[in-house]
Amino acid sequence: MSLDPATVRRIAKLARIRVDEAQVPQLQAELNGILGWIEQLNEVNVDGVEPLTGGLTMAAPLRVDAVTDGGIAEAVLANAPDRADDYFAVPKVVE
Amino acid sequence: MISLSLAQARAALRARQMSARELTTAYLGAIEALNPQLNAYVLVTPEVALAHADAADAALARGAARPLTGIPLAIKDLFCTKGTRTTAGSKILENFVPPYESTVTANLLRDGAVFLGKANLDEFAMGSSNMTSAFGAVANPWTRLGDNRPLVPGGSSGGSAAAVAAHLALGATATDTGGSIRQPASFCGIVGIKPTYGRCSRWGVVAFASSLDQAGPLARTVEDAAILLGSMAGHDPKDSTSANVPVPDFAAACARGVKGLRIGVPREYRSDGMPPEIEALWLQGQQWLREQGATIVDVSLPHTKYALATYYIVAPAEASSNLARYDGVRFGLRVDGGDLGELYENTRAAGFGAEVKRRVLIGTYVLSAGYYDAYNLKAQKVRALILKDFTDAFEHCDALLTPTAPSAAFGQGEKMDDPVTMYLNDVFTVPANMAGTPGLSVPAGLDAQGLPLGLQVLGRPFDEETVFAVGAALERAAGFSAVPRILAK
Repeated sequence: MSLDPATVRRIAKLARIRVDEAQVPQLQAELNGILGWIEQLNEVNVDGVEPLTGGLTMAAPLRVDAVTDGGIAEAVLANAPDRADDYFAVPKVVE
Repeated sequence: MISLSLAQARAALRARQMSARELTTAYLGAIEALNPQLNAYVLVTPEVALAHADAADAALARGAARPLTGIPLAIKDLFCTKGTRTTAGSKILENFVPPYESTVTANLLRDGAVFLGKANLDEFAMGSSNMTSAFGAVANPWTRLGDNRPLVPGGSSGGSAAAVAAHLALGATATDTGGSIRQPASFCGIVGIKPTYGRCSRWGVVAFASSLDQAGPLARTVEDAAILLGSMAGHDPKDSTSANVPVPDFAAACARGVKGLRIGVPREYRSDGMPPEIEALWLQGQQWLREQGATIVDVSLPHTKYALATYYIVAPAEASSNLARYDGVRFGLRVDGGDLGELYENTRAAGFGAEVKRRVLIGTYVLSAGYYDAYNLKAQKVRALILKDFTDAFEHCDALLTPTAPSAAFGQGEKMDDPVTMYLNDVFTVPANMAGTPGLSVPAGLDAQGLPLGLQVLGRPFDEETVFAVGAALERAAGFSAVPRILAK
């Protein structure tokens, strides 16, 4: 599968990364280079194979559903680029 | 003082032959002298280091020494350190000061370690050369004979490896998603181990690919690496993938020897393009182990050749999800736009470097509607086959021996023409991440240009002890004593 310029723009939009029109051809070439190389996986027969999603085949642990911290608004907001009182501030979303 | 190994320095501190403050001051002086040349540290924290050192001296004075009391370390700048800037090598986190401490660094502090500063790395640990750091390249302390042009230290833990090799730290923390501990260890002539997935907590480590990321140490000797891992490891309820298994005495395992062990040599790791020096060193390593009483057996890992392509689906997919959090809203860089959507797009365009963007875009694509089954699901199935290869091989042997990397360190700026050429560096290291198994690199020899080459030992899940036993046996036989051209005195 080969990416066309429209697909590169669509992926960039989904990834929320601004890509200028002038960057599209180079990105397209690089991404197609990587995807072309990945195509070698088509040689592998995976019929009946269960996918492995984790780092080890371990059961997920359970814990008590309890509050373990909180009341640290200052620490949470300490790195905020913009804030208003105890809230993160962003450009107006609803007119 | 700074040429002592970690084990030697620890003994000297406990015998009160030197103080932690003296040792730390010596390291800070070495960093001041050589870091401008190497760029191994992105942040040096003398006040923090001296405060830790003074606390260590107080503990030593009252006879309350812990495993690492007074030992100066470099911390890869991927580990969140409370009150100390943590960048992940990215512009998007260039002013981020974590309000919490990662579990691994908290464990090291609990055991008395001294933190010298934060080590440079490839941006978000994505790279094999340290060339993708937003804070500049790192120079390998080693250079080719008669040629002083800078070489890469490997990556992504390039700053950690360069610092340890040049004696700007006694040891360092590092992380390994596809080889980021072992390949820099090989390139810099030092020891590094990626333990079993789940051995060290990932809590507070900036996430790249969560099913592959694993923390581990870089050190000058196998025993030093074992001591460090003993402190870093351990169950952590805050990481649901942290394994609730006991931490054995890794350092004791280094003295076990290899008599009676069966060491597998995977035939698929032989390739036509392998440099003859690496092939010869690999054979030499087999001979060293045979001489110490091990049996060498031929084994097969049939899906080896597909591990790297599988990795370049799984890792970018997980990265695209993990890096979604960098949106300019709650922390990190913000670049304003006309609306919230533009703010996101502008922030991420300005904050991420080229390699990170490529991987996020690939990850977004392979997870997108219509392509998920063809790419991501397929890769997860091949990953299951890679794990099965290892499980089958370990029916016939106790550990595997391979080269660590397909080459010695290369020049800054080389292998940058197309991304896949750089990715091929990790061909021997990636399978262990896919399977979650432990892997150690030990320096075993020099190539004709005077550059170090490492051998890799892979073990069964949670059997780092055998890995350390084999690594220590190789270390004893190799008697590797060469030092880099750039070395603190």
